[in-house]
Amino acid sequence: MHATSTDEIRLKGIGGSPGICIGKAYLVDREGVSVVEKYNVSAENISKEVNRFKNAVANAKKELTTIIADLPEDLKQHAYILETHLLLHKDKMLYGKTIDIIKNQGINAEWALREATSEAKEMFASITDSYLKGRGVDIEHVSDRIMRNLVGAKDVDISGIDRRVILVAHNLSPAETSQIQLEKIMGFVTDRGGRDSHTGIIARTLEIPAVLGLETATVIIKNNDILVVDGAEGLVIINPEDETLIHYEILAEKFKAQKADALRTSGRPAKSLDGKLFRVMGNIELPEEIVAVKDHGGDGIGLFRTEFLYMNRADFPDEQELFDKYREVVELMSPKPVTIRTLDINGDKAIDASRPAEEANPALGLRAIRFCLKNRDIFKTQLRAILRAAAHGNVRLLIPMISSCEEIYETRLILNDAAESLEKDGLEYNREIEFGIMIEVPSAVIMADAMARMVDFFSIGTNDLVQYTLAIDRGNRHVAYLYNPLHPAVIRLIKQLVDVGKKAGIKTYMCGEMAAGITHLPILLGIGISELSMSPQSIPLVKNAIRKISVAESRAFLKDVLAQATTADIIQLLEDTYGGILSETIYAPPAPDLSGEGALNTQGSDSIG
Amino acid sequence: MNVLTNDNTKKVTVTNELGLHARPAALVAQLALQAKSDIWLIKNDRQVDASSIIDILTLECKKGTELILRAVNDSDMAIVEKIATLFEKGFTE
Repeated sequence: MHATSTDEIRLKGIGGSPGICIGKAYLVDREGVSVVEKYNVSAENISKEVNRFKNAVANAKKELTTIIADLPEDLKQHAYILETHLLLHKDKMLYGKTIDIIKNQGINAEWALREATSEAKEMFASITDSYLKGRGVDIEHVSDRIMRNLVGAKDVDISGIDRRVILVAHNLSPAETSQIQLEKIMGFVTDRGGRDSHTGIIARTLEIPAVLGLETATVIIKNNDILVVDGAEGLVIINPEDETLIHYEILAEKFKAQKADALRTSGRPAKSLDGKLFRVMGNIELPEEIVAVKDHGGDGIGLFRTEFLYMNRADFPDEQELFDKYREVVELMSPKPVTIRTLDINGDKAIDASRPAEEANPALGLRAIRFCLKNRDIFKTQLRAILRAAAHGNVRLLIPMISSCEEIYETRLILNDAAESLEKDGLEYNREIEFGIMIEVPSAVIMADAMARMVDFFSIGTNDLVQYTLAIDRGNRHVAYLYNPLHPAVIRLIKQLVDVGKKAGIKTYMCGEMAAGITHLPILLGIGISELSMSPQSIPLVKNAIRKISVAESRAFLKDVLAQATTADIIQLLEDTYGGILSETIYAPPAPDLSGEGALNTQGSDSIG
Repeated sequence: MNVLTNDNTKKVTVTNELGLHARPAALVAQLALQAKSDIWLIKNDRQVDASSIIDILTLECKKGTELILRAVNDSDMAIVEKIATLFEKGFTE
């Protein structure tokens, strides 16, 4: 048993990818670069110093070229960022400037490079365009690599890891993430990054637990520290006490066993005890994730986030590029439905996901449908691509962040316009697709009866609905504890919506992570939600749990739930009534926030829905 | 500074949605680097070196910005034309 003299430390971050791992920390750092020496170089040694710099640049370029060449197939889309970095190595403002400074000031290459770098960065600082301003980071990355070669510091060599470790880093750059030998990595822990960072997406695709956005992880964690990473809770425990260790070892085993068990039965339909059939679908953001949905027995795609093609690039993708990707997903999933959610971004996110939002409060700002209605060309391009993909399978259209009927009306006009233009262009398309809206804003629930006349289905995005209803910024540590989808107001709101939908004859689905919380199922089934969509990895467990619940009983149970006044009472009632039935399947964190993408935090405004 | 004293110029307009961002700037710089002498990118009263991504980015060219490309050396006009084509095609974005 691991005995330690140091105290156990708990760090709370953003859950980037669910799962539990226990292992040793491996710190990725950039030591040797932070301290830059300054010394004079005598006139006769200047050319030697310049050559030393040129060599360092050549070596840095060689390193990067190798990284680009070795890029795994699924990361090829990031190559252009690295190729831009490659060009930056020889950029006059960096390369030429550094050489000038060495010559003119008779100073060492390290210092000259630092001067040139900060000058270049200053040029960026005065820029008003926020995307361009952010490119200063690229110069830093390039300068860092040259500097490492100058001072002879070892590169961050992630590829050389020879045992299974938990990777701890300030922020993994695309170049670094692509170098990782993933079979060596048990988990990821980073200071920076949100759910949509490269690390987050890669971790989820590979089902490796990840906790991101910890801010101080690299300062607090030391190499070889024993860590517990709980990717669902967004929790990292450093130097866990024996008791903690045992607790998490059991939990990890249990989680694994349940997963294996659930996986065996995941292909079977999710039929309740009293024979009601439910559709359990997968949420995806990359076309590659469709494999995970199929492997985990998903009945379709309940939420296809389309932001990935717009992220980490300067331009907007064209219709053909979008169509190709959508078609791929639609064809692979056919005849099962693929629910394509239109762009849920703000302007910032479109061009650089990692940059903090310019708006003071992006969650209440120009995002999702609001952004699309302001940028009709971009929106129409996407709608055309979706309508074209719809000719190749079963497509539903889902519009995010609807808060008024006008927005639905306007969207419909643009959709008609898109269809007409496709007709004119003589392209193959399908106009007969289901048209649905995300219910994330309380005003949409209030207006649901009117909206129901304009749409084919509702899909509840619980993360945003919860935070807009409760006025809780989950990125704000002081109030995050108040975030709970089991708040009685949230349950009543969902009930109200489903009832209105039933009356109008339209279905209500749920694609937020609330749907993945097994303890929530008795309530959701009781309310009458017929289709749940979640991260692919959660599908087997949810299907399994549905088979243990009777819908008739859950309806009766709901009456009791609606009579409760507090979240605590509801949780107690759930435990008393369903604790036994669901206990074996309960590995559900109290607030099953697998996302942490809270629109109100600095990660930008992704919404899981 | 009168930068228009010779005829080695070509007017271009930024047509792609997001303007001269990292990728377009890299494409321009890549071509400009093949030139024998400098190729300048001129916006109003400011001119920058077309072979420097950093310079191009700091010129802040949004969609709709009108620019003048100027080659110092006549023999670089072929490259200027190639760059102009990139602009016309909106950098195939």
